[in-house]
Amino acid sequence: MQVTANTAQLPQTMEPRNPGCDLDLDWALGVQANRSAIERRCATLPGRRSIKKEHQAAWLARAVSCIDLTTLSGDDTVGRVGRLCAKAAHPVEPHILAALGLPDLTVGAVCVYHDMIGAAVDALQGTGIPVAAVSTGFPAGLSPFHLRVAEIEESVKAGASEIDIVISRRHVLSGNWQALYDEMRAFRKACGDAHVKAILATGELGTLKNVARASLICMMAGADFIKTSTGKESVNATLPVTLVMIRAIRDFHARTGFRVGYKPAGGISKAKDALMYLALMKEELGDRWLRPDLFRFGASSLLGDIERQLTHHVTGAYSATYRHALG
Amino acid sequence: MTVKDIFESMDYGTAPEGADIALQWIADRGGIAGHFVNGTWGALRADRAVMNPATGEPLAQMTIGTQDEVNGAVSAARAAQPAWEAAGGPARARVLYALARLMQKNARLLAVMESLDNGKPIRETRDIDVPLAIRHFYHHAGFAQLMDADLPDRQALGVCGQIIPWNFPLLMLAWKIAPALAMGNTVVLKPAEYTPMTAMIFAELCTQAGVPPGVVNIVTGDGSTGQAIVDADVDKIAFTGSTSVGRHIRRATAGSGKELTLELGGKSPYIVFEDVDIDSAIEGLVDAIWFNQGQVCCAGSRLIVQEGIADDFHTRLRSRMDKLRIGNPLDKSIDVGAVVDPTQLETIKRMVADNTAGDTYHANTPVPDGCFYPPTLITGLHPADTLMQEEIFGPVLVSTTFRTPSEAVEVANNTRYGLAATVWSENINLALDIAPKLAAGVVWVNATNLFDAAAGFGGVRESGFGREGGWEGLRAYTKSKTPLAAPQTIAPFTGTGTPAIGIDRTPKLYIGGKQARPDGGYSQDIFAADGTLAGQAPIANRKDVRNAVEAQTATKWAGTTGHLRAQILYYVGENLSARADEFANRINTLTGTDAGSAEVDAAIQTLFNYAAWADKFDGAAKGVPLRGVALAMNEPVGHIAALCPDDTPLLGLVQPMAAAMAMGNTITLAASQAFPLVATDFYQVLDTSDVPGGVVNILTGPQDALAKTMGDHLNLDAVWCLSQANHAKIVQEGSAGNLKRTWTGAPKEDHQAWLTAGTETKTIWIPYGA
Repeated sequence: MQVTANTAQLPQTMEPRNPGCDLDLDWALGVQANRSAIERRCATLPGRRSIKKEHQAAWLARAVSCIDLTTLSGDDTVGRVGRLCAKAAHPVEPHILAALGLPDLTVGAVCVYHDMIGAAVDALQGTGIPVAAVSTGFPAGLSPFHLRVAEIEESVKAGASEIDIVISRRHVLSGNWQALYDEMRAFRKACGDAHVKAILATGELGTLKNVARASLICMMAGADFIKTSTGKESVNATLPVTLVMIRAIRDFHARTGFRVGYKPAGGISKAKDALMYLALMKEELGDRWLRPDLFRFGASSLLGDIERQLTHHVTGAYSATYRHALG
Repeated sequence: MTVKDIFESMDYGTAPEGADIALQWIADRGGIAGHFVNGTWGALRADRAVMNPATGEPLAQMTIGTQDEVNGAVSAARAAQPAWEAAGGPARARVLYALARLMQKNARLLAVMESLDNGKPIRETRDIDVPLAIRHFYHHAGFAQLMDADLPDRQALGVCGQIIPWNFPLLMLAWKIAPALAMGNTVVLKPAEYTPMTAMIFAELCTQAGVPPGVVNIVTGDGSTGQAIVDADVDKIAFTGSTSVGRHIRRATAGSGKELTLELGGKSPYIVFEDVDIDSAIEGLVDAIWFNQGQVCCAGSRLIVQEGIADDFHTRLRSRMDKLRIGNPLDKSIDVGAVVDPTQLETIKRMVADNTAGDTYHANTPVPDGCFYPPTLITGLHPADTLMQEEIFGPVLVSTTFRTPSEAVEVANNTRYGLAATVWSENINLALDIAPKLAAGVVWVNATNLFDAAAGFGGVRESGFGREGGWEGLRAYTKSKTPLAAPQTIAPFTGTGTPAIGIDRTPKLYIGGKQARPDGGYSQDIFAADGTLAGQAPIANRKDVRNAVEAQTATKWAGTTGHLRAQILYYVGENLSARADEFANRINTLTGTDAGSAEVDAAIQTLFNYAAWADKFDGAAKGVPLRGVALAMNEPVGHIAALCPDDTPLLGLVQPMAAAMAMGNTITLAASQAFPLVATDFYQVLDTSDVPGGVVNILTGPQDALAKTMGDHLNLDAVWCLSQANHAKIVQEGSAGNLKRTWTGAPKEDHQAWLTAGTETKTIWIPYGA
């Protein structure tokens, strides 16, 4: 595949795509996650890394470039998706972007349900922004398996270049690791060239150890990205869950040489939070993971807060929400 | 760099905290740190410069306190003390509460000043040092409030001389001053010569908080000033600092009657088992050895990692080290700041350079010029290597491996120190088995460097003695309201040498559960009160002490249950009771009194009392601000020797024995000099009571020589001087060798004091989370 503006965000265009590997249960089940220590690491991070002034502006712009701007509502319409896509292409007011020296900044992708793919593809024509679709009976993932596979195929056919699948949480909770691996393998195969993000729904996995195990097994089964949540669970992305997942990514890279991406989703709505996620990625995985081909925020309201902060950086005055375009 | 450039590079940049307000604070006060005595400032002299280690620039000038100035401060403290104590707990609580509030209101000034003065990152002063110091005052305001009701038998010591180190200037000040004030003491505190500045701010806050003049006195200076405090008319010295200075203070105060607590150096083990969350254990090391540039007495500086994961662990650890950022301590994105002083930097450099063993790795991260040292890991060392034994007090981690849990404990405990230890394992069985076995005052499970005012902190072995924090810390600043009668020296009776009627008996020493003839082969005649020859008592010498201590160390008594120890003590009491008349007659004959029967009764009661306590001297679960528990476990001190009083030859022998045994200690008893034959009768009772050999050993003969040997013995953990007043000096001077505990006793009825003397509180921190 050629690297074009349209595919720069895809991991397989910058990196060899993770082909997966055989299921290695010794590895996956040997992993440990000490909650207290993980929470301590996360709690002290904001005190250890402070990103200010130009650096803050640049980091926030980077965060914008990594956003999967999302609408996943039952009342989505073509018009609603069109509005979101317009914001995706122009996430921040042009004069602010000009002042930052980043006039072409866009978000990483737009993320919608299957039926909205067409509307999104049309609306994003010429922007270079890919469309991601949630799939496989999102958010619960409990529809018939063959339909979940077929849903992926339909979404790819409809123009989605990224597919966010949900895993069967019951496979994790009941320790059916082979089933989890096989399911992920099948989803990956169905995606073809579209890259696949595996949503673990970490808020429903019970323990951080399960999060670590599920992360590794999905990567073994060929996930291009691992993603925290659907946004529909009662607990979505958190820094401790993030730490567990990105350490699994680091482990996977160390053992296989393949870089898998990470997407926290749900609950990240403040610019300051975005900075901490970026800092954690930088600390634990390194700078290579600070780009949209390996890192995305699944978020809807985050962009608004970042836009206000960037405006403040450029103008020196704190801004108001209503002064910025709706997404 | 433009935003566009940074957008590509994704550097952190810098986020410096402003120093202007702190620097102005110094300038506004004339730029000199000096004495705060009796509520007023002075003298203020520019005797030496206080440096900012990060820049090498002078921060202020400092006064070096003289003996006269120290004496003046002590006089002020002495004068202020009675009223401060008499004011009552609630009144003192209000003052401590006000101090906590004022520190909170000035938190950023304190944090910035500490960073400027010490070189430690603002992240640490702002998020750790200052909040912990504030918490200490809040918590001790509570102790002051509760003292009258909940510590009704305790009273203030009087004037406390306090000498603190440069690594946590404000926090150590809080650890010293808060408990002292709460319990009604007044203080003369000397901050370290490198770092006097936050103490200056604190002094001002004292005035604002309504601390009466003379209650808190701060004298700046160097080691000579510290010496002056040690020499001054104080009731207690509390010192935190190096083991070598601690030894010096122990010798200097020997026999003075001054209370002493020492919190000294360490080479704390950091044990990592193979079942661990490796990344979390590595992150723990960042908090262990790269916290405060490794200049932490309890730093986890000795990594002991299980062989099977060692290579993986070290590889990941090196990667983590490369992510550490070294530089301007006021930069909010800095992990490692400046070493406190060029002298300290030179020491670190020399110790690392002198080491030729193992593989040395310096973090691959930019290190600024000046007083900075890169995070360093030395792998492949063995316990025999110098750097596995010597404290570096810098950001240098040394590493070795182990194969089994028991080997981990063996390697961990292969040190003269015993301050703190860290254990990482996801297996609760393993972690909770290992934690109590580690020779340390504090053990952290799956975490490190956790501190709180509610939890005791302090060491064993050459890491010092005494606890800071919690109820146990209050003991170090109080004494019993019941005065302890001075021990009476009784001259042995003399006589004619007329042999007793009947078959000759040969009293012996009692060592390792066996009757043993004295090594020297000498005995002395013992005369009864009426001048008849009562028998011959063996004269024990230094080799008999050696043999007794070897017998003590061969026992497994410390590992027995309280229930078993209780049963054995009851049994001793039972067997003594069966021979009560014989012992009463013996005491009456030897002492020429008719107090024998009462003394035997008292001895039996004492045995029963400590039998009762053996399984009831409970520890505690501390209310620390953490999801987890901090257990305060009472552990035996270890191997004790006691010099028993001349009077009450039976009770004076039985009380230290029973108290020590009940808590799991072994003991060697130097019997009453005047009436040793009671003790030699008594070992027959022990022999019939299932007391395991070596748990109790009895020596007779002149105590002065035994006191010296016991005080010097490096394998004794405590010596109790319960007989002649002159022994304290002999024993305490010798005790500097291994910093064993020394104790001069408590009233017979104060069982808590006896049990406390036989225990060390170990704090075990166990955070948890599914």
